[in-house]
Amino acid sequence: MKHLDEYRDKELVDKLIRQIGKQLTRPWTLMEICGGQTHSILKYGLLDLLPKEITMIHGPGCPVCVTPVELIDKAIALAMREETILASFGDMLRVPGSTSDLLEVRAGGGDVRIVYSPLDAVHLAAENPEKQVVFFAVGFETTAPAVALAISRAEAKKIDNFFVLVAHVLVPPAIKALLSNPDIRIDGFLTAGHVCTVMGYEEYIPLAAEYQIPMAVTGFEPVDILLGIQKTVHMLEHGIVEVENAYPRSVKKEGNLKARELLNQVFESGYRNWRGIGNIPQSGYYLRERYKRFDALTLPGIAGIHASESEHCIAGEILTGIRKPHECSAFGTLCTPEKPHGAPMVSSEGACAAYYRYNRVN
Amino acid sequence: MESGPNFEPGCPIPKSDHEHILLGHGGGGKLTRQLIEKMFYAELGNEYLNRGHDGAFLPPPDGTLAFTTDSFVVDPIFFPGGNIGDLAINGTVNDLACCGAVPHFISLAFILEEGLPIEELWEIVKSIGKAADRAGVSIVTGDTKVVGKGKGDRIFINTSGIGEVIEGTNIGPEQCRPGDVVIINGSIADHGIAIVSKREGLSFETDVRSDTCSLNAMVSDILGKYKSVHVLRDPTRGGLASALNEICEASQTGIMLFEDKIRVSEAVQGACEIMGFDPLYIANEGKMLLIAPKEDAEGILDIMRSHPEGKDAAVIGQVSSERPGMVSLRTTIGSTRIVDMISGEQLPRIC
Repeated sequence: MKHLDEYRDKELVDKLIRQIGKQLTRPWTLMEICGGQTHSILKYGLLDLLPKEITMIHGPGCPVCVTPVELIDKAIALAMREETILASFGDMLRVPGSTSDLLEVRAGGGDVRIVYSPLDAVHLAAENPEKQVVFFAVGFETTAPAVALAISRAEAKKIDNFFVLVAHVLVPPAIKALLSNPDIRIDGFLTAGHVCTVMGYEEYIPLAAEYQIPMAVTGFEPVDILLGIQKTVHMLEHGIVEVENAYPRSVKKEGNLKARELLNQVFESGYRNWRGIGNIPQSGYYLRERYKRFDALTLPGIAGIHASESEHCIAGEILTGIRKPHECSAFGTLCTPEKPHGAPMVSSEGACAAYYRYNRVN
Repeated sequence: MESGPNFEPGCPIPKSDHEHILLGHGGGGKLTRQLIEKMFYAELGNEYLNRGHDGAFLPPPDGTLAFTTDSFVVDPIFFPGGNIGDLAINGTVNDLACCGAVPHFISLAFILEEGLPIEELWEIVKSIGKAADRAGVSIVTGDTKVVGKGKGDRIFINTSGIGEVIEGTNIGPEQCRPGDVVIINGSIADHGIAIVSKREGLSFETDVRSDTCSLNAMVSDILGKYKSVHVLRDPTRGGLASALNEICEASQTGIMLFEDKIRVSEAVQGACEIMGFDPLYIANEGKMLLIAPKEDAEGILDIMRSHPEGKDAAVIGQVSSERPGMVSLRTTIGSTRIVDMISGEQLPRIC
């Protein structure tokens, strides 16, 4: 298939693997930030092909995984209200809250819908004026512009029964938090290509300089990922600290200016609790004052909700790369995709689910 | 082209006083009679069905019987490449073929929702008739129930089937042996993607058609010559990955698939990329997985390729004693990963 096959090409893959091997003089530990990249690395078995000197640590880049239990519990509480239609992306439905998940709410009679775009939720609101339609907005900077667009459409069309439960998180503050943690040892970063498609990579340049760590903007196909690794290893071996663009077919330095403008118009950043990791300053999106009336947190019945995590789950250590999924005592026994104890086992982009699905034996 | 209600000039809709299914059509009275005689007997009639008894009187078989049942709740009921009617016949026929049986007799039970347009039912019944003719099976008994508006979803169908096991065969998932090869009769994931492309609320269209068809003629030809076939399995819900995982578990063997040998049409691959689906987990309705000793593979492939539904048949994997109970995949870039059983629902109501 055009535009795909060339990035899954065996000859190119072999060539990049050889190039990486040739320039190595010592072991390096790299982190891919994005869950989509983790998924590809496991799906295409890249860990088998890479030289042993390269250790890949799987970062916290699965927005579903880091969504705090409290927000999931609030989504569940909203979905159980008779007057609500709760809409979200399919992955969100199976993520366990404290005692239940959205699929169970649906089985119990709650109106929970899977949508493929936030605009579909605006249409739902227009078609069901007697209901309050809540879109549970999860994702990094990648999906946030579509949510911002949905909100501005709802405003323009004067749809007043559309609400958004915003769980959007931002990547650069999370990278900063990881690099500030003395327990985490990372030599180089592969940044998330889709996030950079929207935001560009200007904000990564000061991060690389401050923490003296090279970064490569990286895509998602096997050839893309290996190119990101090759560029990062090259910088490491030559003492270069820069942000290189290894995904130029999608990413421009300044990103998508229109999307950034829309994001800035609708959202402001603030503290966000990341599941398993904790509070990170400036790492979450919140609706600006002008759009507060679309905020689902203002709906009744959810103010007093507080949440707890499964005692078995070491999601924090998984999501910061301190431990690998199969090093968790619950992995594959107490915790499976059928009965997940923590979010990294639920989402298709979660590191635990990727290990369970593709790499259980190693 | 989508198989929606369209009425051929030579095959007019049977005269009915009503345009929609009424509760009375399931009441056992005159309306039920009208439906049975004017629609079901007219299109599906044969010496067994036309006796109109509570059950069918069937001739005794010579050998072992195979018996299967399946219910069909697909949404939408008309989709590119077929409808719930031919799906209900092909599904049960193929289940019998998977037992190494020649299908003979089918029972047909409808649960209709009040308000279903008679035209749509007629279109479905015509498809049932055509699919049964193609597979060489007779509809020998049936039932019709009607539920109130909102209590069902237009139409559900149950079919059961009886077939006669081809002598000398011994087919089952536990028969899979190290040294066998895995064969499939063509591209995967067409049915599931055809259904999803027509789902309400999904503004996404492709030219993918369901692969629904009966496979019994091809299977009978193979088993006529090769009694050595160990496993036959139609990879429907859960797709190729789930069917092979069940086989590995039952036989405690390991299967290695070769990604570059598994055909996925470009349109299906494109749809899967957009939707985030893995074609290995998407349903098929006209595909047969066949596992047999390696030395018979070429001969079996020749027979498969002589049938239209097997023209793209290929060996896609091999069985070994390594990693018992597990399916692995040799990727196009030369690495290996495991292919797990599907978890939870990926696409509900695809058959």
